[in-house]
Amino acid sequence: MNWPHKDLLDVSQLSREDVDVVMRTAASFREINARPVKKVPTLKGKSVVLFFAEPSTRTKTSFDIAGKRLSADTFGLAKSGSSLQKGETLKDTVLTLQAMNPDAIVMRHASSGAADFVARRVSCAVINAGDGWHAHPTQALLDLFTLREVWGDDLVGKTVTILGDVAHSRVARSNIRLLTMLGVTVRLCAPRTLLPKDARALGAKVFHELEPALENADAVMCLRLQLERQEAGLLPDLREYARRFCLTKARLKNAAPDVKVLHPGPINRGVEIASDLADAGNSLILDQVASGVAVRMAILYLHITRKEKGETA
Amino acid sequence: MTPPDLVVADAAVPGRDGRWTLVCAAGQVLELVPHDPAARFPEARVIEAKGQLLLPAMTDAHTHLREPGQEWKEDIASGLAAAAGGGFSNILCMANTDPVNDNESVTRLMLRRASDAWPHGPRLFPVGALTMGLAGKQLAPMEELLAAGCVAFSNDGEPVADTELFRHALEYAADLAPVIDHCEDPYMAKGAGANEGVMSARLGLRGQPDVAEALQVARDILLAEYLNAPVHLAHVSCRRAVELIADAKRRGAPVTAETCPHYLTMTDAALFGYDTMAKVNPPLRTDDDRLALIQALREGVIDILATDHAPHAAHEKETPFEDAKNGITGLDTALGSLWELVRLGQLTAEDIAQRFAWRPAEIFKLPHCRFAPGDPADFCLFDPEQSWVVTPETLRSKGKNTPLLGQSLTGRVTLTAVNGHVVYELARAGA
Ligand SMILES: [Zn+2]
Repeated sequence: MNWPHKDLLDVSQLSREDVDVVMRTAASFREINARPVKKVPTLKGKSVVLFFAEPSTRTKTSFDIAGKRLSADTFGLAKSGSSLQKGETLKDTVLTLQAMNPDAIVMRHASSGAADFVARRVSCAVINAGDGWHAHPTQALLDLFTLREVWGDDLVGKTVTILGDVAHSRVARSNIRLLTMLGVTVRLCAPRTLLPKDARALGAKVFHELEPALENADAVMCLRLQLERQEAGLLPDLREYARRFCLTKARLKNAAPDVKVLHPGPINRGVEIASDLADAGNSLILDQVASGVAVRMAILYLHITRKEKGETA
Repeated sequence: MTPPDLVVADAAVPGRDGRWTLVCAAGQVLELVPHDPAARFPEARVIEAKGQLLLPAMTDAHTHLREPGQEWKEDIASGLAAAAGGGFSNILCMANTDPVNDNESVTRLMLRRASDAWPHGPRLFPVGALTMGLAGKQLAPMEELLAAGCVAFSNDGEPVADTELFRHALEYAADLAPVIDHCEDPYMAKGAGANEGVMSARLGLRGQPDVAEALQVARDILLAEYLNAPVHLAHVSCRRAVELIADAKRRGAPVTAETCPHYLTMTDAALFGYDTMAKVNPPLRTDDDRLALIQALREGVIDILATDHAPHAAHEKETPFEDAKNGITGLDTALGSLWELVRLGQLTAEDIAQRFAWRPAEIFKLPHCRFAPGDPADFCLFDPEQSWVVTPETLRSKGKNTPLLGQSLTGRVTLTAVNGHVVYELARAGA
């Protein structure tokens, strides 16, 4: 496999061919996940550090499983006690990580650009598992993988509405970049307080009301609402948010007939999405979780087995 | 009459044709005369300018020297070294030291450190705190600070959010010294190191809108007019603020304003790749803002240039963007970076003399040189053709935090004199 990238910092660095490679590779790993014995020796002897400076059980577990199914050794380096407090230098953490000599670092950090910062300072692969409000490339890739399972490989002409807190969402930014690259029309819908001031610059259409944003949409991605947004004065309260923006079956009536619903999780039921809709047949939420493992296996595999230029197999 | 003891021969002078010779005696200008190669000055040190520009030494109305308290970033000796190398004779240093310069002992310490390290200049003029500890709760003892040697008052770095208190500060200071305000609505600007706009949206950074600055500019203008008390608006960075200031000046409001070289030469495009060196407060704005500032500076809507020299240590910038300290080191590169605009015809050498030397000294009532007989012999020589690469070694400041690192600038200060004392010479200082 001739994978051209040392790191995965965001989807913007990927070409359409690269995306296809990820999708094909993930599809082959998806099959492993369906076997009774879900383990292959592909990355035996390789080590993956899971560096999560911000809590995220889901993404961390997903990467952990992905690594283990490929027989890599995974090590957690969590934000514990005082050793990785905010303000303590990430540079020192980087030096520690580098000294462990891993084959890949999967990292989550509260600062936009943090993965980029680390990637420029270590020789191994850095996989961005979310940095600040900037990017969450594996989430976007797994969302794409999930949609392609339903829609097939060609997404040109589809319309996807991203609903909720776009301003503070790395998931939204990566999805917008990836989906628009593949010819999908992306709509954003949120109160103005939850959209970046120049949201149009992201390359999507902007709505502040649900009804027009959902019209003929082929899929709706709900974003997780951080509960502290109301404390920051961005929202009156969750009930008010739900009144305007909670996705329900009734509100989907003018969407495309077979509209799909996605959510990166964890869900605030009744806030971002009605409980019955989350569990309904057109919900892809659990498919996303399954895709997540396959896509992350692909990402680890591609980056760890990649050959440097001039190196021979 | 004292015989000439320092002569600069064969220099170009902004706004005047031909070559000129500056004749000084006992630290003062004797005369500026058309250059005569036959002239002899037997008692004097003669500096052959060989066509370099002779500029009045500049006054930086906005410098952060980190002494006392954060000497790892800069101390008064290194800051004044950078000032001398940058062509400055006067430096106003802000009060946000540790401890804060809100009492005479800190002011006196600063002045003593300056005279110990650089007895012949550049001259240091401390800016006293406007409120105790810059906390925005209680006025600082301004008369005490003035008596100890402060020349202005400012809460720079911690803008006073309480408008009622700020009003009283302006009223109280009105009979003592000018107030310099850092214009930023602290609630709107909180935690943001990037201009709010396309760039912050793409990078996923918290944005600071230009209106956060303009709101405070508007407040300050209204108060200055209402109280008839002067306010100097620090480091203006955006078109919206420029428009408010232009309006205010048309009405005769007692406001003056400054901007900095980096707002004239850079935009928020510099943040691409999360370059922490370009993180500064107020943030680098858009090209539209940049062009508005250049025009405002030319027209005098913005009165002066100041560096907002904000040195930081390497480890304070070698972090993810949002954790990095705000600030660009500016004394060493001010003139070199501005010269690009002169080469492009957007500013003239006269604009620079006016906005970076004469007008700031006027506003803060400091000694300066207009090359008239009796003026202090404060000048610098500037070689407009000399190209140099900005490296840590070329910066005399301890702060190496500038987005210009690695870039090549054309135009360099080669000599600086204060009161007729040569305090910097490139040839002697080495690269
Ligand atoms: Zn300031």
